[in-house]
Amino acid sequence: MAEFINLYLLPGVAVGCIYALGAVGISLIFAILRFAHFAHGDVMTLGAYLAYSVVIALGWSVYAALPFAILGGALASMGIDHVVYRPFRRSPGIIVVIASFGVMLVVRSAIQLFWGVDILSYETGIRRPIPLFGDIRLAQKHIIIIAASVVIAAALHWFLSRSRMGKAMRAMSDDADLARISGIDTEKVVRWTWLIGGGLAAAAGVFAGINTKLHPSIGWDLLLPLFAAAILGGIGRPYGAIVGGLAIGIAQEVATYPWLSELPLVPPAYKNAVAFFVMVAMLVWRPTGLFKGRVL
Amino acid sequence: MFGLLMYGLTLLTMIGIYGVLTLALNLQWGFAGLFNAGIAGFFAVGAYTTAILTAPESANHLGGFGWPPLAALPVAMLLSGLIAWPIGRICLGLKGDYLAMASIGIAEIIRLVFKNETWLANGTMGISTVPRPFESLGQPWGNAAFLLLVVLILVVLYLAAERAWASPWGRAMRAIRDNELAAAAIGKDVVRFRLEAFVIGSMVMGLGGALSAMYFKFIGASATEPLLTTFLVWVMLIIGGSGNNRGALLGALVVWLIWSGTELFTNRLPAEWITRSSYLRALLIGVLLIVVLQRFARGILPERPPRRID
Repeated sequence: MAEFINLYLLPGVAVGCIYALGAVGISLIFAILRFAHFAHGDVMTLGAYLAYSVVIALGWSVYAALPFAILGGALASMGIDHVVYRPFRRSPGIIVVIASFGVMLVVRSAIQLFWGVDILSYETGIRRPIPLFGDIRLAQKHIIIIAASVVIAAALHWFLSRSRMGKAMRAMSDDADLARISGIDTEKVVRWTWLIGGGLAAAAGVFAGINTKLHPSIGWDLLLPLFAAAILGGIGRPYGAIVGGLAIGIAQEVATYPWLSELPLVPPAYKNAVAFFVMVAMLVWRPTGLFKGRVL
Repeated sequence: MFGLLMYGLTLLTMIGIYGVLTLALNLQWGFAGLFNAGIAGFFAVGAYTTAILTAPESANHLGGFGWPPLAALPVAMLLSGLIAWPIGRICLGLKGDYLAMASIGIAEIIRLVFKNETWLANGTMGISTVPRPFESLGQPWGNAAFLLLVVLILVVLYLAAERAWASPWGRAMRAIRDNELAAAAIGKDVVRFRLEAFVIGSMVMGLGGALSAMYFKFIGASATEPLLTTFLVWVMLIIGGSGNNRGALLGALVVWLIWSGTELFTNRLPAEWITRSSYLRALLIGVLLIVVLQRFARGILPERPPRRID
């Protein structure tokens, strides 16, 4: 039992936090701009590498570098929107998806050019897991990932439910035209959406880098589970995306537990297949997701 | 002189293979407005099917069936279509973004299978003994004959696509693309039409993969990378002009010339830059895609209503 919790369930929660942070951005962008942002994974990668540069340049711990990565990811996303996506505001959503393909290529190849393609790591050496109580042990990185994600999610909740901009966002998500004629500055809402989505993606990217290693396709590899999480939670629903992210992360890790025999139920290499399975099952059973997303 | 000839043959064959893929994507996107982000997956299914059916027996992978190369092509198409069908069935009644997300998923799963099931296709090492038709004719005649085969397939596909564009089927497809509700209101089975476009397009993508595996005599993990298939084909179609079969072919020609032309240029860079030059090219292609989408969204040869056929 302790082994199940230590090696499968808790890492699953940590991975789920990473997915949740990424999927919230995808869902939020969908709610406001009505398109599936394919370059989201590469914004995550960008955040992870920005943190790496701060770690190398200033010799700080990666956790101290996190705010810089979040800021960098937020500003980069807003900049990309300004240069690339803004001319498409009145185009059908699927055209913007193609443009996000282009952004994906540009961001990834820029990362490969600038940082190279070698596998990197924020820190060397092994850290001993911390005993929590009894046999339950938690790896330090998992504690920090989970704790930081909870703080970020709480801040996001406060922002969406209490702040003026958060309310404007929810209004625009419900009905963009109605929001506009009510005097809401929709372009400002869009800017904030990118700041938040990009910042969360960067945080998720840093956590993914802490959890494993850094490589240029770290974010792209997570795109499938992120979409699965967003669909599971009901696309366009940020809170649903948090639940979806956690569920997909835990399901992926727990599915590799040797449930039936000595062997893992699902080979670890096929973790992403679990996300795909959940995605397809949701599309068949309930395309609006658990929390009634907006599209069909 | 001989080198130049061989280079020209290679260039034309590659353009031909990409032409097949771009025509296929045009059927999905240009005709029916379906966003397929998993071209690499269908390409891989076609390529690996051909490799397994035709490659000589080996301890490293499934094989030794000894099929003649040309007989493997229909099977490659069939398998790609069989994979496209269920995913289309599930997603095509929903909004376009769902197909985009699910197709990227199917490509990822296919990539995982070929990467991890080493008994099937030798994992990341791939299969490097795929026979190419007309190989026995030697260079350059064998290469020229293969080019001829690719061109022949391309011409057949082009004529079929042109015919489809002008036919009632193509008209219904465009009607659904432009106004789903109106098309449904006059009794068109929206999901069925979309499913036809998606499955046939994916089959042709499998054909493109099969031709590519034959041409390179190799298929491996690098071939399932989305950059050289999914992205490049999208860029080709958008730049050439989606909704126009000639535009699709022109896009394949132009973008491949840019892609391989920049290679000639970057090979002259200092050694430390050569390794990174492929990223520079990918960057260039990405920028090109965005600029074209913003400024010339209709491509070089824009979509036009079909001529009447009497």
